[in-house]
Amino acid sequence: MFFTYFGQYLLLLKSVFRRPEKWRIYWKEIIHEMNEIGVGSLGLIAIISTFVGAVMTMQIAFQLVSDLIPTSVIGQINRDSSILELSPTITALVLAGKVGSAISSQIGSMRVTEQIDALEIMGINAPGYLILPKILAGITMIPILVVVSIFLALTGGLAGGALSGAVTPADYISGITDGFIGYTVAVALVKAFVFGFVITSVSAFKGFYVRGGALEVGQASTRGVVISCISILVMDYIVTALML
Amino acid sequence: MIEVQHIHKSFGDNHVLRGIDAQFEAGKISLIIGGSGSGKSTLLKCMVGLHNPEQGKVLYQGEDFTRMNFEDRIPIRKEIGMLFQNSALFDSMTVEQNIIFPLEMFTDMSRSEKVDRANFCLERVNLAGRNKLYPAELSGGMKKRVGIARAISMSPKYLFVDEPNSGLDPETAILIDELISELTEEYQCTTVVVTHDMNSVMGIGDYILFLYKGQKWWEGSNKEIAHSDVQELNNFVFASPFMKVAKERF
Repeated sequence: MFFTYFGQYLLLLKSVFRRPEKWRIYWKEIIHEMNEIGVGSLGLIAIISTFVGAVMTMQIAFQLVSDLIPTSVIGQINRDSSILELSPTITALVLAGKVGSAISSQIGSMRVTEQIDALEIMGINAPGYLILPKILAGITMIPILVVVSIFLALTGGLAGGALSGAVTPADYISGITDGFIGYTVAVALVKAFVFGFVITSVSAFKGFYVRGGALEVGQASTRGVVISCISILVMDYIVTALML
Repeated sequence: MIEVQHIHKSFGDNHVLRGIDAQFEAGKISLIIGGSGSGKSTLLKCMVGLHNPEQGKVLYQGEDFTRMNFEDRIPIRKEIGMLFQNSALFDSMTVEQNIIFPLEMFTDMSRSEKVDRANFCLERVNLAGRNKLYPAELSGGMKKRVGIARAISMSPKYLFVDEPNSGLDPETAILIDELISELTEEYQCTTVVVTHDMNSVMGIGDYILFLYKGQKWWEGSNKEIAHSDVQELNNFVFASPFMKVAKERF
């Protein structure tokens, strides 16, 4: 069963990456999708990242009870956790729910109302026209959202530490700047790129092969989110194992 | 001309089409009729390439469409216009955008030429001035007419119509039939209509193909149908008391 679906997914991807009929039309769609995925998710990601950063600072401070450990370590731990794991993964899981469900239900609705059939009969490569702009927007905008998320998580950590008195701003800033390794950001961006591809392609796949009506579209959307979330966690492990 | 030769199509254990042969001529309206589950929509989908038959051929001007790959099908698909049962208009686009969409994809026309063509198509279906409306703002009959306008935007050689009158009041249904008839004559296209509507059968059916249990059971014109002695066809076409009386008067 798994291999049947995986094979179908690969065949769909083969059609997605066929040469577009007219790049100008696709470009318009890519910009539209970048706006939907990127700008449309910015507020949600900003709120989540800021609070996660603030809470992380307080929890790290709570666990570091020894007077022998300088409080600037709180900043270091928060920085590395946010860059390597929390920002990419939490952003991706949230976007799997928000963007992924929107993609599967949009494409699924087009399938059950014969709009995809209409595209195919016109001679348009429906997987390419509908899915390629979403994938390209996903793999460009999700890394940008992850960078924003990292910045806001660290800022949230600063605010959380200062407001709770867990760490002074000076110690926190010293912690996040000391011993910074740029490579960790590269790992985060690779993760974000992979997650962007997984979220958009898996959700589109579930929507593209829907059969039935509104009920099945809803079920496909739910399945798309679940499979995307599991795939994100598996890919997170693989990328971490390969790069660290 | 479109020719289907010995088409077989199954879904799992359900053998829907069992060796259909038929010819659909240019400049004429061909109707595919039959009860629910008889295979008429499946036959239409096999003809336009939405389903791949297990056996048999669909020939467009002698070229075997079923054996072609995606790229080879594109030139023929550009010559196909199709009206779907539920119109299948793109929800996110206005009426005008729906009509110019195939032109944007496949022609190098300027923006004003495309808008002119959209206006011409909309006038042709009596919807002039409705360019900026979205499909959600249209009635069922208007959606069908926009669907027809989109189907004729590329001046099709082949026009496929799936249940054009479903969900429409009798007056609008007759208008749609008249429109299909006029467009077939205007573009001299090969028009294939799947329908349940007996007004269409008697009104515009130059050639009628009656399917029964996935097989071709009868073929002929609307003039011949009244005099047919095929029991299954008579049970289907003259099912209502009114149609029975009408048959007796023929």
